[in-house]
Amino acid sequence: MLTGALLEVQGLEKSFGAIMACARLSLSIMPGEMHAIIGPNGAGKSTLVALIAGELRPDAGVIRFSGKEITALSVHKRSRLGLARSFQITSIFQGFTVLDNVALAIQARSGHSFRFWQNARQIAALREPAFSMLEQVGLTGRAQAVAAELSYGEQRQLEIAMALAVKPKLLLLDEPMAGMGAEESEQLTALLLSLKGKQTLVLVEHDMDAVFSLADRISVLVYGRMIAVGTPDVIRSLPEVRKAYLGDEEMEGACSRID
Amino acid sequence: MHLDPILLLVQGLNGVQLGVMLFLMASGLTLIFGVMNLLNLAHGSMYMMGAYLAASLQQRTGSFLLALVLALPATFLIGMIIEAVAMRRLYDRDHLDQVLVTFGFILCFNELVCILWGPQALFMALPDGLSGYVILLPGVIYPSYRLMIIGSGLLVAVLLYLLVMKTRLGMLIRAGASHREMVGSLGVNIKLLYTLLFGIGSALAGLAGMLAGPILSIESGMGDPVLILALVVIVIGGLGSIRGALLASIMVGVADTFGRILLPPALASMVIYLLMAAILFWRPKGLFSANG
Amino acid sequence: MDNFRHFDLRSAALFLLLAVLAVIPLFGDIFYTRLMTRIMIYAMAALSLDLILGYGGMVSLGHAAFLGVGAYTVGILSLWGVQSAFLSWPLAMLVSMLMALVIGAISLRVSGVSFIMITLAFAQMLYYCFISLKGYGGSDGMTLPVRSSLAGLLDISRHGSFYYLVLCILLLIFFAAHRLVHSRFGMVVQGIRDNERRMLALGFPAFRYKLVCFVLAAGVAGLAGALMANQNLYVGPALMHWKQSAEILVMVILGGMRSLAGPVLGAMALLIAEEALSSYTEHWMIILGPLLVIVVLFGRKGIYGMLKRSR
Repeated sequence: MLTGALLEVQGLEKSFGAIMACARLSLSIMPGEMHAIIGPNGAGKSTLVALIAGELRPDAGVIRFSGKEITALSVHKRSRLGLARSFQITSIFQGFTVLDNVALAIQARSGHSFRFWQNARQIAALREPAFSMLEQVGLTGRAQAVAAELSYGEQRQLEIAMALAVKPKLLLLDEPMAGMGAEESEQLTALLLSLKGKQTLVLVEHDMDAVFSLADRISVLVYGRMIAVGTPDVIRSLPEVRKAYLGDEEMEGACSRID
Repeated sequence: MHLDPILLLVQGLNGVQLGVMLFLMASGLTLIFGVMNLLNLAHGSMYMMGAYLAASLQQRTGSFLLALVLALPATFLIGMIIEAVAMRRLYDRDHLDQVLVTFGFILCFNELVCILWGPQALFMALPDGLSGYVILLPGVIYPSYRLMIIGSGLLVAVLLYLLVMKTRLGMLIRAGASHREMVGSLGVNIKLLYTLLFGIGSALAGLAGMLAGPILSIESGMGDPVLILALVVIVIGGLGSIRGALLASIMVGVADTFGRILLPPALASMVIYLLMAAILFWRPKGLFSANG
Repeated sequence: MDNFRHFDLRSAALFLLLAVLAVIPLFGDIFYTRLMTRIMIYAMAALSLDLILGYGGMVSLGHAAFLGVGAYTVGILSLWGVQSAFLSWPLAMLVSMLMALVIGAISLRVSGVSFIMITLAFAQMLYYCFISLKGYGGSDGMTLPVRSSLAGLLDISRHGSFYYLVLCILLLIFFAAHRLVHSRFGMVVQGIRDNERRMLALGFPAFRYKLVCFVLAAGVAGLAGALMANQNLYVGPALMHWKQSAEILVMVILGGMRSLAGPVLGAMALLIAEEALSSYTEHWMIILGPLLVIVVLFGRKGIYGMLKRSR
């Protein structure tokens, strides 16, 4: 048990019938670090994200955030404590404009919304931070477009913008590069790189280039078990990791590029 | 107040009888919902059509049994026709659309029976062989017709169980609910399967109506209160679960019957809704999950 | 800028409608005044349903229950000698809102089909409950001796005066609802409709917001019910029957969901059509039924939505 860890997961267990998605999983995320979680498909990464975010309850184990136990806390309460996430399958507000989307995220952190009179779209305290968020991710040109009309890559950018807009203590990104082209991935990697040291980040990803350029530490998850934790250099040299990814060309490629 | 054991037994049987009739309605409803994800409010209209057709046929042929034998396939056919004409367009729509369209059907059918049979309630006679009483225990008699209903309902429950668990059709039903595309790619004609299922569900509702004919009044809109009860049953039992529908039907039937004899009228009608609220508080998804 | 471009067929139609509504009592027969009053009251009920349906995404088949509760509150108070509108109308809203708080707290724990059916079931429960209240008319309902009094400010026993009062209330509610749906609260409720999972992830306690929306809509329905009791000088359990709920639902869809003006237009279209059709045949339902089926299957934007397209 590391004191001072921002997020601590201890002995987490989760089964679905006969399938053990998480087996006595433990993980510690320090403030300010960028931590990547990698693993082959079916390793239990999505389950882990759902458990940390609060959409699933573990069968056993403890989750602590900023020293406070959150294992039984609901999704929205965890979010309020400073735990934000993005979704692997884009989850934005399709019917709203891009600016509205981010403004809603800003609104989430501006006190309660049981205010029934003032036109929310005319509140500068919501619109201005939303616009600067769009500047940060490079979506200002599409601010008035309806979210449903955005390209896939733009929607992914919006996902990130919304997650960042709530100024989280810890940002949990679930395969943000999924389905992105090379250029878009580079842009997003550059954006995340600009947050280094300023934003604690847990990145679940398959894109090994992004992982190795962003991560301070990497955890490797295989069949619900953490088989290794360490800096990128350490991880890519471990034989168990290479074995787990046997046949996974991307991993092999990433390892060989750096060797 | 003395709770006379004979009264308890008789009312208990009444409760089971109501439950069994509800099961006939609910099983079709939950089957259609479970497999096709269709919320079918017109189900109550099939109940009504079954009753009207059986009553008319009995008047023409003079035989209760013959009326049933003819009305049952007729309701089955009507169900299939409605499915082909309108219902199949609703499978991909959201539940709001389904509610609105099936509500439109209720309006149609309620008016249709008025046009075809007039606004007066129809009369259906108890079949000769079953118009008497059966002696269950010394001093305890029970109408034989109601006993027959209980028997028929349980028989249907057994047949449904065999259908779903032991036949190829049943396997398709269980698979179709969770893996539509897969079943389709097995070379099974999904469209036909759905049409058949809708027909079966409608026939079950019609059967409930036919059996209810002699003991309830046959009039326009008779299916609506029964529909509500059936909806409560499938929510309690768990959407898509036939096992749940059976258990919930009996529960609701017994609770409603005893509620009416033990409580003042205002509270009695609330019993089943309170039961539903209580169960949902404890188990929001109902008693059983689908495919049961 | 965009708003200016929309100042076209839709807004023109609404202004025209308002102009017509403003002058009906001056020119028409008492029959039309009474008909339009009834239509405006239903328009209010439909608008309140649009708040939870169109904006909140909650498909409630039990909304008429709040209409009935509001009406019965006025009726029962009247029976007890309380005639003042300043007392019974706010009380009607309050009782409806309290009822909605209880029903909503239970029903909103589930979603989708279960929610539809539970709201339906609760409405039926109230229906049967009121049928068995022999003291308040049972299934026959009860008549009110006189319309609510407004302490001499306005004599609403005169149809013309009542008409204008209802018109004013409708406009006020419309305006308030318009502010509501564009407010912070409105954004949250619409966000929940669009993507509840996302809203929760952002930190919004979705349940609470849905419940408040549900309660507010019930309050407006309760007011509509109070006005209904005054309009007919009669309250009966049929007012809360699920078929009444369904009819209001039809008005919202027919007129155009999620627009506030749509439900108003829908109420007008449906009730005027009913009036017109029923003078031709007593079996007018057989026309309305298939019509509804066709409208839903093939034309989902509603009347208001179609006005938008034909620019």
